[in-house]
Amino acid sequence: MSIMNFTRTALKNFFSKPATRNYPFEQREYPERYRGRVSINIDDCIMCGLCMKKCPADAITVDRDKKTWSIQRMSCVQCSLCVVSCPKKCLSMEQRYSEPSAEKTVDTVVQPPKETDKPEAAVTAGGVPNADTSVCVYCTLCAKNCPAGALTVDRTEKKWALDRDACVGCGLCASKCPKKCIEMKQD
Amino acid sequence: MAKRSVIPFGPQHPVLPEPIHLDLVLEDEKVVEAIPSVGFVHRGLEKLIDKKDFNEYQYVIERTCGICSFMHGMSYCEALERIFDAEVPARGKYLRTIWAEMSRLHSHLLWLGLLADAFGFESLFMQSWRMREKILDMFEASTGGRVIFSVNKVGGVLRDMDKDMLKSFVDTFDSMEKDIKVLAGTFLNDRTVGSRLRDVGILTKKDVISLGAVGPMMRASGIAIDTRKLGYEAYGDLDFEIITSEDCDCYARCEVRIKEIFQSFDIIRQAAAKIPDGEIAVQVKGAPNGEAFNRVEQPRGEAIYYVRGNGSMYLERVRVRTPTFTNLQALIKTLQGCQYADVPILILTIDPCVSCTER
Amino acid sequence: MREQYDMCEIGHGELALRTLEHKRSGYRLGQICAVRTQDGYELLYSFIKDYHMTNYKIKIDEDTEVASISDIFPAAMLYENEMTELFGVKVKYINLDYKNKFFRIEQETPFK
Repeated sequence: MSIMNFTRTALKNFFSKPATRNYPFEQREYPERYRGRVSINIDDCIMCGLCMKKCPADAITVDRDKKTWSIQRMSCVQCSLCVVSCPKKCLSMEQRYSEPSAEKTVDTVVQPPKETDKPEAAVTAGGVPNADTSVCVYCTLCAKNCPAGALTVDRTEKKWALDRDACVGCGLCASKCPKKCIEMKQD
Repeated sequence: MAKRSVIPFGPQHPVLPEPIHLDLVLEDEKVVEAIPSVGFVHRGLEKLIDKKDFNEYQYVIERTCGICSFMHGMSYCEALERIFDAEVPARGKYLRTIWAEMSRLHSHLLWLGLLADAFGFESLFMQSWRMREKILDMFEASTGGRVIFSVNKVGGVLRDMDKDMLKSFVDTFDSMEKDIKVLAGTFLNDRTVGSRLRDVGILTKKDVISLGAVGPMMRASGIAIDTRKLGYEAYGDLDFEIITSEDCDCYARCEVRIKEIFQSFDIIRQAAAKIPDGEIAVQVKGAPNGEAFNRVEQPRGEAIYYVRGNGSMYLERVRVRTPTFTNLQALIKTLQGCQYADVPILILTIDPCVSCTER
Repeated sequence: MREQYDMCEIGHGELALRTLEHKRSGYRLGQICAVRTQDGYELLYSFIKDYHMTNYKIKIDEDTEVASISDIFPAAMLYENEMTELFGVKVKYINLDYKNKFFRIEQETPFK
């Protein structure tokens, strides 16, 4: 048993520079993978609503008719589930945290109307996909790209099946089909 | 007979890390009886299974506690993987093991700091937490968050750590190990620290089994049981010994936890060297149907998870039995017969995590 | 590598005998859990020795009274108080009975 074991460390700390940062004069650099504010690149968004379904805190609201995407900043827990599930990868997390505030703010982003000079690119979300099986070649591209796993396509048995409960109506299958045989039908 | 008085201790007290209330019955300076009272942080998290489906519930479960948050998420996912009969790929298991051992490191350093604060050694408290900051920065660089990581999912993990990142972590650990050795020297060899910790809070081997204490409480009384030896995740491939001590007092528990810190460094080095290449997760489809138990070794002891599903996306029951819940009874036993000035040390020696206990 | 544990179903009258058997063989109490089912409750008792876990499932209906095992395993007091307060399971003779004031919640038996 000895005494004054800590003296050497205490003296070293006394004469070296502090371990804390002189905030706000020195700002912190956040690492690359930091989970901060959620932001959206609204031009790529297809309004599928998957981020709204997956959010554990129910912070995101997607309105397909008005083409808006809004988030309640104070409900978001920065878990990054929306970023992981977005099929178009248009959501990202910035390298800074949401600013604290005294009120619960809602940030809404409105999608500007797209130019529809290319008819095959104008596939909008909504409704359920219907495949024209006489044209379909069972290439399985639609099933591979389905973010909800709602399609089952079998090349050998020539089967194309849809799980209606899992389908979110995003329209990705229709846009990926090389034969353009899938149509989004409203019902 | 000496006069008895009842003194309320907590829930707000400068030395308590978490809110717990004790009614201490004192005879002069000696505590005769202690009656615990919990419920200040009860959030009813187990009721949320009605509203959140089993994928979203993972984010609720990891917010049960701030210190052992990764292990809660990992254990929940493991219980569901048992119900689905899904096998996590080897790289995913190793990544989970590395993050779990880093969690143990930062939890033990946090505890060391709080113990130093309990007997009044503030500089030692600050020094321990300064070392802990380096680990939190490493968590942030690899997972994106300092305290709540959100990297678990049913079937594996969400993020990967490449070779350079693992190498930089191991190098940081090598330099940290030297600093922690100096710190451990103060905890274990200093005479003033020893006079507060030795022969305080004795818990014999028989008491430990009958009261059901787990974790370092159990191992400091000579019982060599560590739930990591069951071989879950990658622990079956790694080589480590169970650390025990025969002294049964607060000093022995401090010694066991400090030795576990050095053992964690060794385990992480082994895992970083042996980690295989490959996938980090498997896709799991469908809804859980069935029930499963799962046990993990959290920094505070053994935690038991029970998950039950009935075929829909919403689970039927999730039950978390945390180590502090069962160590509470051991706390009540050690408090009987102690001096009043030793009460903060005894509460901290079980490493209380009351938010885990009450969910 | 997953651990293998035992699970068997018993009647609530057999509980005291099994608990005493485990206590004499050196087992410790793992946990006590209650699950709400359509007609009543299912109680799960776990006992652990070294690395082996044994679980018992007891199916009871809403009005059955179960005897407490807190005289055999003192730690059971905490689990049984939680069960009575949150689920409304009727447990008799708990050695330190908080009489529904363990968690001090506003709503009575919210998990029922």
